[in-house]
Order: sequence, then structure tokens, then C-alpha cells
Amino acid sequence: MTTARSLAGASSSPSGGGGPAIALRGVVKRFGGLAAVDGLDLEVPAGICLGLLGPNGAGKSTTMRMLTAQALADEGTIEVLGHPIPRESKRARAQMGVVPQQDNLDEELTARENLEVFARLYRVPRAGRRAAVDAALALAHLTGRQHTRVDDLSGGMRRRLLIARGLVHRPRLVLLDEPTVGLDPQLRAELWGLIDALRAGGTTVLMSTHYIEEAERLADECALMSHGRVTARGTPADLIARHAGSSVVEHYGPPERLAEVESLARAAGLPTRRTGPSVSVLRAESIPDSLADALGPDGVRRAANLEDVFVVLTGEQVD
Amino acid sequence: MTAVEPAEAASGPPPRHRIELAALQGTWRHELALFRRYWRSQSFASMFEPTFMMLAFGYGFGSLMAVIGDYRYLDFVGTGMVGTAALFTSVFPGMFNAYIRRVFQHTYDAMLATPLDVHELVTGEVTWIAAKSSVYGCAPLIVAMAFGLDPSAGMLLVPLIVFVTALGFGLLGMWTSTIVPSINSFDYVITGVVTPLFLVAGTFFPISALPGWVHVAAQFNPLLHCVELVRHAVFGVRPLADAGHFGVLLLFAALMWVLAVRGMRRRLIG
Repeated sequence: MTTARSLAGASSSPSGGGGPAIALRGVVKRFGGLAAVDGLDLEVPAGICLGLLGPNGAGKSTTMRMLTAQALADEGTIEVLGHPIPRESKRARAQMGVVPQQDNLDEELTARENLEVFARLYRVPRAGRRAAVDAALALAHLTGRQHTRVDDLSGGMRRRLLIARGLVHRPRLVLLDEPTVGLDPQLRAELWGLIDALRAGGTTVLMSTHYIEEAERLADECALMSHGRVTARGTPADLIARHAGSSVVEHYGPPERLAEVESLARAAGLPTRRTGPSVSVLRAESIPDSLADALGPDGVRRAANLEDVFVVLTGEQVD
Repeated sequence: MTAVEPAEAASGPPPRHRIELAALQGTWRHELALFRRYWRSQSFASMFEPTFMMLAFGYGFGSLMAVIGDYRYLDFVGTGMVGTAALFTSVFPGMFNAYIRRVFQHTYDAMLATPLDVHELVTGEVTWIAAKSSVYGCAPLIVAMAFGLDPSAGMLLVPLIVFVTALGFGLLGMWTSTIVPSINSFDYVITGVVTPLFLVAGTFFPISALPGWVHVAAQFNPLLHCVELVRHAVFGVRPLADAGHFGVLLLFAALMWVLAVRGMRRRLIG
């Protein structure tokens, strides 16, 4: 029987070594007249966790689907673990795990049966299959619920099982598409622990998210996507320093006052962002004294964060 | 890293028609897990429905006419109902399972993220359906034997005949699942396609009794060829004619495979 290992070993190009785990060059994907991905260039070095940030419709999920050849690029080249996609997508898929945004577990089966099926689909050798399923159950803290049907598991358990399913064959690369969307903060923190453990184990992780805190907490590097392409890339600290400076001053007040602050800041070349009843002036450390006087003393100073970068670069609010 | 290959090479389509046994085994493992849970209800419906129909038609019409041509009417219906069982136990799972798993459960999306391609998914699903049909399809024959049908060595060919027939109809169901706009649209398929196939297959009456144009049209009904093959297997093989019938069933399955794979690929790969 063909195993994941033998599938991987039959690559036409070396997938090991120190090359990037993922390389997309000039990738375009259109749906009708709409370019969901529009000239995307992205490289993900092996062994890091890259957070793919962007508002809804930025092209994150389409990008994820193209990496598994479940969506085919109209232009450009894609390489995953050294395998050109889609020509050798099967070999790449054997070495990667996918955790989709949408829960697509088989509800009629138990947690264990779901993992057994996918261990088989991922071609885990027979001798190691039981141990692989046991390890995945333990990873997801579901050993005690392994014989429970999925439709009787809680939302958090299902999400953990979904992640365990993508890891049952110990992949070299894991694609996490909005892994914690819709979960409460406690469950989200629990899953972050799981993802942290993956990263610590040397697995390459590509994680799309629109939770800024998640990206700051987990990602070694972030790529901001907007309108189907990467608009900024770097470590969270780099991105913040580059696009938002070190500090931000938030001004609260009636709409006229907010408009005045925006106008003054922009005239001085400083980026701003609106957040409901406030306006934040970014790069506050660069505010000249004359502008500080004009803005008045009512501002609240805080450290700049990735959310500021996100809003400035994408023009959209975060959830 | 190896340089990214030229666009035309890298973005070319994956090899489409190579089927790996390991991929099929993955789909069968999924089906087996589900079957273990639902085998009682699936078996009850699949075995008893054609059996009840056979008893109703066999004894109902059988009381009006004892023989048709060279056959006892009960034997005629018993052998004919094998085709009906093959049709019902393949086309309905092909339609509904494929639609539900693709549209509602997104099971196929999950499976296609593993080293499994669309044509392997389709092949794995339909071979499982056909394997089950080849067992369930024998139920009417067993009932007919209980009511006097003489056993014959040719009956051993019946599971194979049903398997090939069910491949075609299972794939027909999978293909239609990719062209209907909603699950409710299956009503059109069932009434407009499945029912005529079922009625004009020589199951309950010989098609020679029908008007000439229906007789000609019935030749394009794969189920008719299945029924003919089963009768010949039970009552006496006619090598040349049966080779033709079997060829039609193989051709039907091959055509449906191409359509089902294309349809699934269009729906599942964006």
C-alpha cells in the first residue's frame, strides 16, 4: 500500500532541505469577473508560524484552498513542500494537515472513528495507525470521549477534534483556516496552547485569522492580505514599528471634534484610525509640540498594536 | 529550494485517471465506519422492499397469469426484481449520499484535503455502493427460490451482474447530484428518470408487450440488459446475446463514471 511517506518520497523536486514550505508567485484566482486572489506572492519558511491576516474577502480562504488544489489558480505558480501544485498536490497533501474554518467532521461517527478514517485517508501505515489515533486523541484531550458521537460533543471538543484530525499523520505543514472563529475566549486560549505546541515541535503553520490578538500571540511573522494580495509582511513588532510607530494617542469626543483631530493629524502627515467614538493618532511619538498643543490634552496615550496596523493598511475594522 | 517550475508545467492539471488502491481503501474505511452503524436499517430497507414488491406482484399478477412465455410468472418476477434491487440500492445512495456529503456535511471537502483525488473519491464511493448492491440484489432471488425457483449454477454470476449494473446506476445518481440545483430537485429525477427505467425493464412484463417505439427505447435502458442477463444466468446462458448485454452495462458504467467525475470535479474543485 502506498503510504504518506512513500507518496512524499516520490517528489519531482526536493521537498526537504532548507527551502520554504510554501511558495506562491504571481498567483491569481478569479471567480467570474472578481479576482479573489490577485497577483499573490508569498513565501513561508519551514518551521515558522505565519499568520495570514486580512478582512473577510481578502482572499485568505481561497489561498488556503489553492494550497490543497481544491481551488486551481488561473495564473502563477504554487509550490508546497517542494511539490508543484496542482500537478503533485497529492504528494503535498500527504504531508500536510488541514484544519478548515467550517466544521466538516462526520457527525454520525465517534471521535475515534473520525480519526481512524482520516488516518487511513492520510495513509498512516497499519502498524502505527492505532498509536497515531491514540496520540491525536490525547493531543485534543479527547481520550475519555473517544467513543462519543461527534454530534454529542461540545463546540470546543469538536474544534479540538478537527485540529487533531489534521494532525493525525504528523504533518510537516499545517494549514489552519480561522482555527478559533466563533469560539469563546477560554476555548480560544485552549486551542492556542495546541497550536503553540505544534510550532514548538517544528511544524510549519500557516494560519489565517482575523483575530489580531491571535496573530500577535502565535505568529512568528504576519502577512496582511487585502484585495487578494499581501500588503505588508514582517514580525508583529516590525509591522507595528513600521506602520503604527511605538505609541498611539486616542481622542474621544463628538463627531466634529474627531473630524478636527483627524484633519490636524493628517495635515502633519500622521496616520489616523477611527474606532467608534474615538480617533487614534498613530506614530504619536512623532507628534510635534505644535500639533500636540493643537490636539489638546484630552488624548489617551497607549502602545501601538497590530490592530492599528491592520486598520491602517486594510481600511477595515477588526472584529 | 528548487526553482519554481514554469507556469505551464506547475499549473498543469494533476494526473486524472490513475487510481491508487490506498485512496480507495480510505473511502471504503469511511463507508465501513458508517455501515457498521447503520447496517441494520440499510439492510432492512434494501432487502425487504424489493422482496415485498416481488411478493405483491408475483402473487398479485401471478394469480391472473401463471406463466409468461417459458417462465412461471413468479420466477419471471423474481429474476426481474433483481434488476429493481440493483437500481434502487445504487441510484438512491448515489444521489442522496453524494449530495448530502458534498453540500450539507462537506465531508468530501475534508476528504479531498487528504491524498485523495476526485476521481478516486467517486470510484471509491461507487464501488462500495455496488458491492452492497451485489449482496442486496440477491435477496429477490433467494425469496423466489423459497417459492419454487430452481437453483442453478448460473445464479453465482448474479452478484457480478448486479455489481456492474449498480456501478452504472450509482454513478448516474452521483452525476445527477452534481447537476440538480437543490435536494428537492431529485423528485424530477426520480419521477422522470428512475421510475421509467424501473417500469420499462422487462421486470413485471415482457417489453415485447409494449408498443414498438417503447420496445426500441427500452433497448437503451441499462436495467433491461441487467434483467436479461440475470434471467439468462438463472435459466440458461446465451453467450453472444449476454456478451452484448454485459457490454452495454460496462459501457453505461464507463460513460457514467466520466460524467460523475467531471460533475464532481466541477462542484468540488473551484
